Amino acid sequence: MIGVEPVYRLAGILVAIVAVASARDRTNPKRWRNTVFWGAYAASLLLGSHLPDFVNGCLVVTLVLVAAFGGLGQGAPRTTTLEERLASAKRFGHQVLLPALLVPAGTLLTTLVARRVQIGGGPLVDPKNVSLVALALAASVALLVAVRLLRQPALAPVREARRLMDLVGWAAVLPQMLAALGAVFALAGVGDRIAELLGRFVPLDDRFAVVSAYTLGMALFTMVMGNAFAAFPVMTTAIGLPLIVRRFGGDPAIMAALGMLSGFCGTLMTPMAANFNVVPAALLELPDRNAVIRAQVPTALVLLLGNTWLMYLCVFRR
Amino acid sequence: MLTLLGLVALVVGFALRLNPLLVVLAAGVITGLASGMDLVQVVSAIGKAFTANRTMAVGWLVLPLVGVLERAGLREHADRVVRSIRVATAGRVLFVYFVARQVTSALGLTSLGGHAQMIRPLVAPMAEAAAERQTGEEPGSLPAPLRFWLRAHAAAADNVGLFFGEDIFVAIGSILLMKGFLAQNGYDLEPLDLAVWAIPTALLALVVHGGRLLALDRTLAKRAAAAGATEQP
Repeated sequence: MIGVEPVYRLAGILVAIVAVASARDRTNPKRWRNTVFWGAYAASLLLGSHLPDFVNGCLVVTLVLVAAFGGLGQGAPRTTTLEERLASAKRFGHQVLLPALLVPAGTLLTTLVARRVQIGGGPLVDPKNVSLVALALAASVALLVAVRLLRQPALAPVREARRLMDLVGWAAVLPQMLAALGAVFALAGVGDRIAELLGRFVPLDDRFAVVSAYTLGMALFTMVMGNAFAAFPVMTTAIGLPLIVRRFGGDPAIMAALGMLSGFCGTLMTPMAANFNVVPAALLELPDRNAVIRAQVPTALVLLLGNTWLMYLCVFRR
Repeated sequence: MLTLLGLVALVVGFALRLNPLLVVLAAGVITGLASGMDLVQVVSAIGKAFTANRTMAVGWLVLPLVGVLERAGLREHADRVVRSIRVATAGRVLFVYFVARQVTSALGLTSLGGHAQMIRPLVAPMAEAAAERQTGEEPGSLPAPLRFWLRAHAAAADNVGLFFGEDIFVAIGSILLMKGFLAQNGYDLEPLDLAVWAIPTALLALVVHGGRLLALDRTLAKRAAAAGATEQP
């Protein structure tokens, strides 16, 4: 049975290649920092399942310290010039779009097919991770198609992966970091403490009040944290799982999906989400740093109300 | 209540604009220590959860492809396609971009848009040019408040389209975070189960924000008339 482990290994190999490419990149003034950062991340991806938790934790601490003190650098991208890209876009036309469309189409198709394939009495692909395996497969096939179809040099994927990973930088591991924080919060009972606080205000026997507390809590907590990823584990531990799912028998998938989207409404309304709200204001030379937030607030409030209503209507119907 | 100190650290750290990775690690360590764990236990807990959430790294597997396509002129091609849609008004330019952003995000192509790549060089100037034509201003002479207002809406269209499109794609970070978190708590779900529930909100966002963008043209006409009236002696 193909599980998620080979996919981790594939991602680990990609990041390891980025680490090696960084070490060889003399145009990057901080190339050794990048090498250590991507090297530690590659080790976590490749060996994480076999290392003791404490060693994995030390890899995480290494990532954070390298990124926070001194930071990562960017090398000069070895890519095409604008003229070359214009000529290439003209030459290939809509063909450029084909490999890009192959990823979602291939993922969907592989997911649907793999669910039906049996081998030795069991499924060929672990049903829990079939979409991840499908995505990894589709991305790999699409890359091969792109290189052949668009006549790209064999080393282009490596150079381009390095260029884009450098652009993403330390933010690449932030989602996993926030998930880890959520786990520590859960161990320490932070959700319980917040639930205690909220419990004083939320009537626990009213379904609508519980749903509203969860969606509004997601939005507010996201505004404080600047990130719905950070709010999700806390609010879901505090209200979503114990009240909506366990107490009232709500559907965990609907609860989670609409809860996260309620958090996104919060992201639209906070300067803490600097990437989305503050950076573009600077990039567009707006005198008012909150101009983008101002443009977003009406939509965010309507969608938050819509999410609350939708969750109330759907989550309790299995 | 000592365990909530980590939350305080998180808020203060973000408010001070420290490196988010450092803030998150510090908040985790403070929370763990405050709840009675020792440092080795905290680091182990972080390492365990970080490793358990490696599903989030799977999304990076599309980066080599995205880079190769960019190298081959994907952005230049998309650029030409957008320009070939000759729509006359600022609201419609932003509406078309918003819909395209939401649809491509839903297909997992979140890197096709963005403020640096699309809004500043392409979408905002197109919206401003259309607005100048609409209000009869000379090129480059749109009143500054209107110009800034349109630019803010261009950036907002990117955010709203992205946020309420990307969650339909099964391998996006938020879906994988939810899957990982729910699995830790004993609920094993397919990413697709979560992704389908992003569709109703995505449609609502399309109607609400799309409607607001199309309504920009009317507001623009009024504000331009008001600005023109105040300039009259």
